[in-house]
Amino acid sequence: MTRRIAMVAALAALIGGGAVADTVKVGMITTLSGGGAGLGIDVRDGFLLALKMAGTRDVELVIEDDQQKPDIAVQLADKMIQSDRVDVLTGIIWSNLAMAVVPGAVRQGVFYLSPNAGPSQLAGKGCHENYFNVAWQNDNLHEAAGAYAMKAGYQNVFIMAPNYPAGKDALTGFKRFYTGKLAGELYTKLGQTDYAAEIAQIRASGADAVFFFLPGGMGIAFLKQYAQSGVGIPLIGPAFSFDQTILAAVGDAALGVRNTSQWSKDLENDANRAFVAAFLKEYGRLPSLYASQGFDTANLLLSAMARAEVEDKAAFRDALRKADFASVRGKFRFNTNHHPIQDIYVREVVREGDVLTNHVVTVALEDHGDAYAAECRM
Amino acid sequence: MSAVLIIEQVLNGLQFGVMLFLMAAGLTLVFGVMGLINLAHGSLYMIGAFACAAVAMATGSFWLGLAASIAASAAAGALIEVAVIRRLYDRDHLDQVLATFALILVFSEGTRWVFGSFPLYLDPPEGLSGAVTLPGGIDYPLYRLAIIVAGLAVAAGLFWLIGGTRLGIRIRAGESDREMIAALGVNIAALYTVVFALGAGLAGLAGAMVGAIQSVQVGMGEPVLILAFVVIVIGGVGSVAGALVGALLVGLTDTLGRFLLPVAFGAILPPSEAMGVGSALASMLIYLLMAVVLIFRPQGLFGARA
Repeated sequence: MTRRIAMVAALAALIGGGAVADTVKVGMITTLSGGGAGLGIDVRDGFLLALKMAGTRDVELVIEDDQQKPDIAVQLADKMIQSDRVDVLTGIIWSNLAMAVVPGAVRQGVFYLSPNAGPSQLAGKGCHENYFNVAWQNDNLHEAAGAYAMKAGYQNVFIMAPNYPAGKDALTGFKRFYTGKLAGELYTKLGQTDYAAEIAQIRASGADAVFFFLPGGMGIAFLKQYAQSGVGIPLIGPAFSFDQTILAAVGDAALGVRNTSQWSKDLENDANRAFVAAFLKEYGRLPSLYASQGFDTANLLLSAMARAEVEDKAAFRDALRKADFASVRGKFRFNTNHHPIQDIYVREVVREGDVLTNHVVTVALEDHGDAYAAECRM
Repeated sequence: MSAVLIIEQVLNGLQFGVMLFLMAAGLTLVFGVMGLINLAHGSLYMIGAFACAAVAMATGSFWLGLAASIAASAAAGALIEVAVIRRLYDRDHLDQVLATFALILVFSEGTRWVFGSFPLYLDPPEGLSGAVTLPGGIDYPLYRLAIIVAGLAVAAGLFWLIGGTRLGIRIRAGESDREMIAALGVNIAALYTVVFALGAGLAGLAGAMVGAIQSVQVGMGEPVLILAFVVIVIGGVGSVAGALVGALLVGLTDTLGRFLLPVAFGAILPPSEAMGVGSALASMLIYLLMAVVLIFRPQGLFGARA
């Protein structure tokens, strides 16, 4: 249903906006089918909501499903750049897809606004003047978890992530800010769904806290099995395993877990209050981290469109760099490498009526940039 | 490393193996009796998990959900056998792979259409939640113990069915010579539908039991399907006993490998490298096992034909 509305809106923009000179054509490549579809759907819905709330008719939006496959994402990007002639690309969820699409796209003069993936390669040496990340650099939430573990006084932490680049970045990010002892360090198989062997090792390790990064279904499986195992060691993780899209599937096993995020639904600012209320009204569910990122991405685009014509690349780039929009996460500005400088919070999973959600507990890192900005020369 | 930890890991390996057996049994029966490669077996596993989650959510009872999962996946199995699979018996394996791969896509998108893109919630029943202390001071999740017991019970039931009942005799006869038993007046079409539904029901049961401790989501069946294929290749295609031995071997090898290899490499390498090499090798271990078995027994451990 929402997809149909989006199509109609895009079509209306296509017909109605054709005559207007300053229409910006946006291509959204995101994951709308397969196991990771929940993330793409939330980014898309957040983006569409921002356009709707702004009442704009100047954005022509083309939405395509990348099926979480790099080759398909590349094909879609080629099609959008060469035949749809988009000015701006956005939407990609996964770092491996972003690495396949972004470098080629920005070299062809298209702007890319990332609503999620922030691989280190694109933040450091591989940064580009046309690439803007509106979410985070991949390490950020893990760094915040490390900082929080120090602040909370944990001295012997067990850390665990899947054996793939983002998993290794996660543990590196955690260790960048956590300097205490490690009770154990484990890499699990990507896509693993049974964690009995790992939980047994955690139980035997004598750790006083566990940090884990297991996105998607892996996190759901781990949390349920951890709760069943009776191991009571406190858990810390990035927001990805505790987000609104999967909390319902995890159930009470997630209650009380501390997780790090740059956004939370109870952040006290006007933009966020309006966003949460409008999202709930429009889609009948609470927004997730991903929805907030999609929403901010659209508002960043709109703020740049208000200042400059997209045909004037240099002016449009400067307008984007100013980030003159009310972010739902409060403070937001771009670093020299076009990645965010922002506060990262510690949240706790709580029960509100009959839904599970997160509350902000404290700030883990203030005005936090990333470790790669110094390597970026543009 | 204590003995308690090792025993706990052996139990974990057993539990994983028993789960794999439920998947592999259906797959090996269907291949053995009908000569059909069914890639959609993982979809039947997913259907079981979704049916269990949906019914458990609606009624509040995990047990009703479990019954629903077997019923739903067996029904789905019978339906696709009659509608699609039946046309494939005389075709070669490539056609079967293509058609059953198409079924995966149909079931995945159909499930998303009905249940949405977000994972569903399914928890173990109240009476089986939490951990128990076993003799020797091992804390072990009660639900996992229940899975081991249930899986072994199903295995025993299946052996009795195949070895000791009239249906089992027909299944075994169909395995060795399908024209002959058709000529002897056995309704071979009905027999195939029953065998297919039986395999589907077992996959659905596995999906529901595992769904309670993993994530019930679209696409959950395919990783298990690959492991199930490894199991039947190791055990010998068409052999239920082979499936049981193969499943336990794969379960134990995978679990103990993940746990012991990094420790073993730790004796000769610095800790971080040992971890990296150990976990990389652990994820290959079952495929190495398969390769070794194939070198020495190309027909699998219990396979009849080469």
